[in-house]
Amino acid sequence: MLLALSATLIVVFVLLWEVTWPQISEALARRRARRQLIPVDAFDPGRERRAEQRARQLLRSCVNEEEWAMYRDLGFIRVWGGLAEGPEPGVSEQTDGGAPYAYLVYPHKPIVAYLPQTRQLLNEYCVEFPDETRPYGSPRLPDSDDVLAKWMALTGDERRLIASSNMHLPGRQVDPKQARRDLWRLSEWERSRLARERRSAPSSPAT
Amino acid sequence: MKPGHGEIVLAEGDVDVPADEQLLIDEFRAQLDAGMWAAVPQTSKAGRREARMVQAFDEIPRDAERVIFFPRAAGGA
Repeated sequence: MLLALSATLIVVFVLLWEVTWPQISEALARRRARRQLIPVDAFDPGRERRAEQRARQLLRSCVNEEEWAMYRDLGFIRVWGGLAEGPEPGVSEQTDGGAPYAYLVYPHKPIVAYLPQTRQLLNEYCVEFPDETRPYGSPRLPDSDDVLAKWMALTGDERRLIASSNMHLPGRQVDPKQARRDLWRLSEWERSRLARERRSAPSSPAT
Repeated sequence: MKPGHGEIVLAEGDVDVPADEQLLIDEFRAQLDAGMWAAVPQTSKAGRREARMVQAFDEIPRDAERVIFFPRAAGGA
């Protein structure tokens, strides 16, 4: 009698176990999932600003003093086309002569090629520097790093950068009016800078 | 250069010290294998500041202060 009762209880227990275990297991898994600590990259509002500050320092240490001042004051850098000789830096007469072509390098905007003598816009070269080391993409470079990357690629291997970019006619992304206005600002900036340098330079004795 | 971070120092060392040089070579190769471009800022003979793109460790001038790695350029929209 006792044996039969025990066997019946065991069978009932096993059957109940078979029926309820999947539900219990699922409930336990849900509970574990709810309580699991998921690593989250907390947003740091100062991170981008600190990155930009570091990028500006790096840019300043790489370009010359004139280019850094240009970027600081105007927000872009002019890079002379490397396939032709540009003027000597800081010499106004030769600057007036100009080089056959040059580029305006903006942060996170296409590179604009133009003719310095006529201020005619030639092309826009759309180029990005995507970080391939992350599986799902990543935020873009800080502004100054983007400018520095373009500056290094243009001065180091102009052909390769241009070949990597998508070329468009002027006006696709950079407003031609804005670009011409920037060229005018650049000429005014150079004029005032040259005047300052002349004033600060010691006057040569009259002969 | 790292998106969202700016400049990050990857490795430092003296190329005249063999252990340091090997460390720098390994890091250089790792960065190029990850698809980065490498450039050495320098002053040209004409006095201009410019970058020299390098694709092998041997191309880096021995007196270079630093090599900057940045993501490879790609055509934008």
